[in-house]
Amino acid sequence: MIEVVNINKTFGDTQILKDVSATFEKGKVNLIIGQSGSGKSVLAKCIVGLHEVDSGQILYDGRDFTRMDRLNRKEIRKEIGMLFQGSALFDSMTVEQNIMFPLTMFTKMSRKEMQERVDFCLERVNLTGKNGLYPAECSGGMQKRIAIARAISMNPKYLFCDEPNSGLDPQTSILIDNLIREITHEFDITTIVITHDMNSVIEIGESVIFINQGQNWWEGDRKSIITTDNPEINDFVFASDFMKEIKETLKKQ
Amino acid sequence: MGIIQNIGKYFMMMWIVFSKPEKWRIFRRRFFQEMELIGVKSIPIVALMSAFMGAVIALQTASNMDNPLLPSYTVGYITRSSTILEFSPTIISLILAGKVGSNIASEVGTMRVTEQIDALEIMGVNSLSYLVLPKVTSAMIFFPILIIFSIGLSLIGGWLSLKLSGLSSTETYIYGIRFFYRDSDIVYALSKTVVFAFLITSIASFKGYYTKGGSLDVGKSSTEAVVSSSVAILIANFFLTQMFLL
Repeated sequence: MIEVVNINKTFGDTQILKDVSATFEKGKVNLIIGQSGSGKSVLAKCIVGLHEVDSGQILYDGRDFTRMDRLNRKEIRKEIGMLFQGSALFDSMTVEQNIMFPLTMFTKMSRKEMQERVDFCLERVNLTGKNGLYPAECSGGMQKRIAIARAISMNPKYLFCDEPNSGLDPQTSILIDNLIREITHEFDITTIVITHDMNSVIEIGESVIFINQGQNWWEGDRKSIITTDNPEINDFVFASDFMKEIKETLKKQ
Repeated sequence: MGIIQNIGKYFMMMWIVFSKPEKWRIFRRRFFQEMELIGVKSIPIVALMSAFMGAVIALQTASNMDNPLLPSYTVGYITRSSTILEFSPTIISLILAGKVGSNIASEVGTMRVTEQIDALEIMGVNSLSYLVLPKVTSAMIFFPILIIFSIGLSLIGGWLSLKLSGLSSTETYIYGIRFFYRDSDIVYALSKTVVFAFLITSIASFKGYYTKGGSLDVGKSSTEAVVSSSVAILIANFFLTQMFLL
């Protein structure tokens, strides 16, 4: 479980996060949604330590990440897997080398054990046999799946996904969403997904946090997001007339 | 203010770069990869530049020596001295600042804007030590080898140009090269090169590592890396010359 307690973050004179508190539960897909520039990516980067918070606490299963030194943070980071918006695969390495990278850096596994782990991860994301390809030779959807395979290679306790569906077609998006949900349940990990894809919210949003103007504006799940009367969230989720009609239909049902 | 801030940031970066590598085995592998990319792949351009540089120095010296009081071996002597003391270490380092510096800045800068550096950090990898340390150390070891190679080729280039133009004989040229030779000149040239190698790779890595934005900014960082490292080489050259020779 990850708990965020009253965190604040300022860039220059602009306050991006204002007293944000939230709890991300284990074994669930926790979604952070919000408009572009609302502060959701900054929140995620604060949680993983890519940005330092000005005040507040970030607790990984009760361990206060904000007050840790570099070495202890490193230990927590070994428990984190992250899927970046642009996949962030290492261009100069093959698919296999990308997935093997954290294993070579932090484990004492033999070459054979590492190979087995890579094959397992690739099989898990339905990319068996693609070991020798370079990221540039893979499609966007494949790159995302390779990044997921790399993220799970170290058996993470926490998985972060930053806009996992950006730039993907609807079918591939659903595939990635399902993969994230399956992995979360299978390995019983705490997953946080940053998205503004409403399809993902409806598909996998077991717990949803809506960030607006740098604040935790609303919390709920994929069902309550449809029925809520919160005007800001309605403006965000049901922005078009078509979506508004769908909402009314769903509400009647 | 901006310059002072950047200098402070640069020194803080170097402090982290020289922290203990995560795994020596991986550092060793990356060190040899970088040696190939930075050093071995620079051999053709260094060879081309050096041979022509030596040829032009010898030709210029020979064609401008119309004073009968000057001994004929002066051509070889001047070619050797200027090659060892300045042309090979400084000019070749400036060329390498262009080739290697822009390469490093664009490589690291691209890794930054495509979040590959963030990915390393989140995995718990010291990205600066992992990416920059092998580049800096391999350049500091391989650049002096390149400079020795460059000195040799410059002298050969000088000999060939004199031979083909008939401005001096082989014996006179070789006598000039060996005349009043001091080992300390080579020590001076190689010491300078080690400093220049450090400046080129560290400044280029700094510019690349702190790139913000997109592909346009990677190009900007790359240009800044070449300009900054070239200026740093010229300033360092001035102080090192003062220190060693005066």
